[in-house]
Amino acid sequence: MLDKRMTEDEVVAQLADGMTLGIGGWASRRKPMSLVRAIARSSLRDLTVVSYAGADVGLLCALGKVKKVVFAFASLDSIALEPHFRAARQRGIEAEEYDEGMLQWGLYAAANRLPFLPTRAGLGSDVFGRTSHVRTVRSPYEDGEELIAMPAITLDAAIIHMHRADKSGNGQCLGPDLYFDDLFCMAAKRRYMSCEKLIDTADLTREGSVQTLRINRMMVDGVVHAPFGAHFTECPPDYGRDEAFQQLYAATAKDPAALERFVERFVQPVSASAYREAVLAR
Amino acid sequence: MTSVTNVTNGTGVARHEYCAIALADALRGSGEVLVSPIGVLPSIAARLAKLSFEPDLLLTDGVATLMANVPPVGVDNPEIVAEGYMPYRSIFDVVWSGRRHVIMGAGQIDRFGNQNISAVGDWPRPSAQLLGMRGAPGNTINHATSYFVPGHTRRVFVDRVDVVSGVGYDRARALGVAASRFHRLVRVVSNLGVFDFGGPDRSMRVRSLHPGVSWSDVERATSFELAREPEIGATREPSAEELRLLREVVDPRGLGAKEIAQ
Repeated sequence: MLDKRMTEDEVVAQLADGMTLGIGGWASRRKPMSLVRAIARSSLRDLTVVSYAGADVGLLCALGKVKKVVFAFASLDSIALEPHFRAARQRGIEAEEYDEGMLQWGLYAAANRLPFLPTRAGLGSDVFGRTSHVRTVRSPYEDGEELIAMPAITLDAAIIHMHRADKSGNGQCLGPDLYFDDLFCMAAKRRYMSCEKLIDTADLTREGSVQTLRINRMMVDGVVHAPFGAHFTECPPDYGRDEAFQQLYAATAKDPAALERFVERFVQPVSASAYREAVLAR
Repeated sequence: MTSVTNVTNGTGVARHEYCAIALADALRGSGEVLVSPIGVLPSIAARLAKLSFEPDLLLTDGVATLMANVPPVGVDNPEIVAEGYMPYRSIFDVVWSGRRHVIMGAGQIDRFGNQNISAVGDWPRPSAQLLGMRGAPGNTINHATSYFVPGHTRRVFVDRVDVVSGVGYDRARALGVAASRFHRLVRVVSNLGVFDFGGPDRSMRVRSLHPGVSWSDVERATSFELAREPEIGATREPSAEELRLLREVVDPRGLGAKEIAQ
């Protein structure tokens, strides 16, 4: 089996300006933050980011990496609104807004190599005509019903974070919800997965049942060993959300100097251990 | 109907308890559907309904587990009897199947029940970015929806919402019968009263005012003209048993009171 191990910075080296990037997780839950930080400290720019958004999108917006956001919401869960994302929207950053089920449908269409998938979600609301460019399609059957044709959201690259993985890209989700991480991978041309622990394939089913092996190696091009890699978002059962740290992050939206300090202390450190030390020393 | 015995236990019924009762009543007749209450008082209401007159409702723990039991709100690590698994992927399946009643909030809501949780101002560059559409478009076009507004003001009850997240009756009607046949707005409950869409052209109508609230209080706090009957009743009193469930079982820490404007 292929050995797909690489570092965060090696992942970033495979990305390019202007790419459409999908980011797994949900709000402030199991976000691939070590990869997000690596992108944040890189020279990458003009990204289109697609996400069930939280601090991933917020941080990348705050650091000027983003040209356009494709989203349904942005939240930090315990802090209802993502402050950096709000600021970016209120500055007029380019955006495309969908219902969250439509977002799933767009990723699923891309995963299935379909141009669109029909749905009722979006009809009558402002996602039709105002916040996106979706069109409708008429059923070819007797009902003749008009439905939203949710276009495929094809991604140049996707990043996700799993609890366990092997070096060939089999990923294990031990938490309560996979969210849409598999769809992000299946909708993308290049797929990168970070993991809390990198283990032997034979040990995967010692960690959890075969049903927890939700990402298979066909879906992954690069594996990054990233202990604490979702911090400060939650990654249960390995760890919960770091609420105090999240508050520190959120406060940087009101204070450019604080953001600068935050970047210096918590975005610049490259290794997992240096980041961990910085977090513990705060 | 359940009894509407007046509570004369000396403690009186608080405003948030009227909200909880009214929201619970919005779920009457739902049967075996998933209730998704957004916020504390809607969660209290859904649990009260399940414990009293709608025992077949399905509720999640807010993560991915369907709970057979009804733990109190706001308690860390409550004991949960799991009866099923409901991750986000399955939630959208349920939404689109129609077996769901959502109780959402509203940054803005208009006369026909169009709701905005997306952004205030001009969408391309809003003056205030709110949460985003989240599931509001899909929810409203697919299944029963109610709204809870803890602070009833003219800024929320507006002539025209800036962005339509949740679909109202005028827009649903414009879509035609085929597209709008699953659209159903059941109730709007605010800290002032209870509303439905029984007015002309399915516009918002006052159903009841919470005790202590006058018609002029509501008129003053609403930007559009509300439909009303000549006589407006008071929001019903909780029964003694409902009050006990509210105070002792569902919300022993009194979290519901903190959510509404007094």
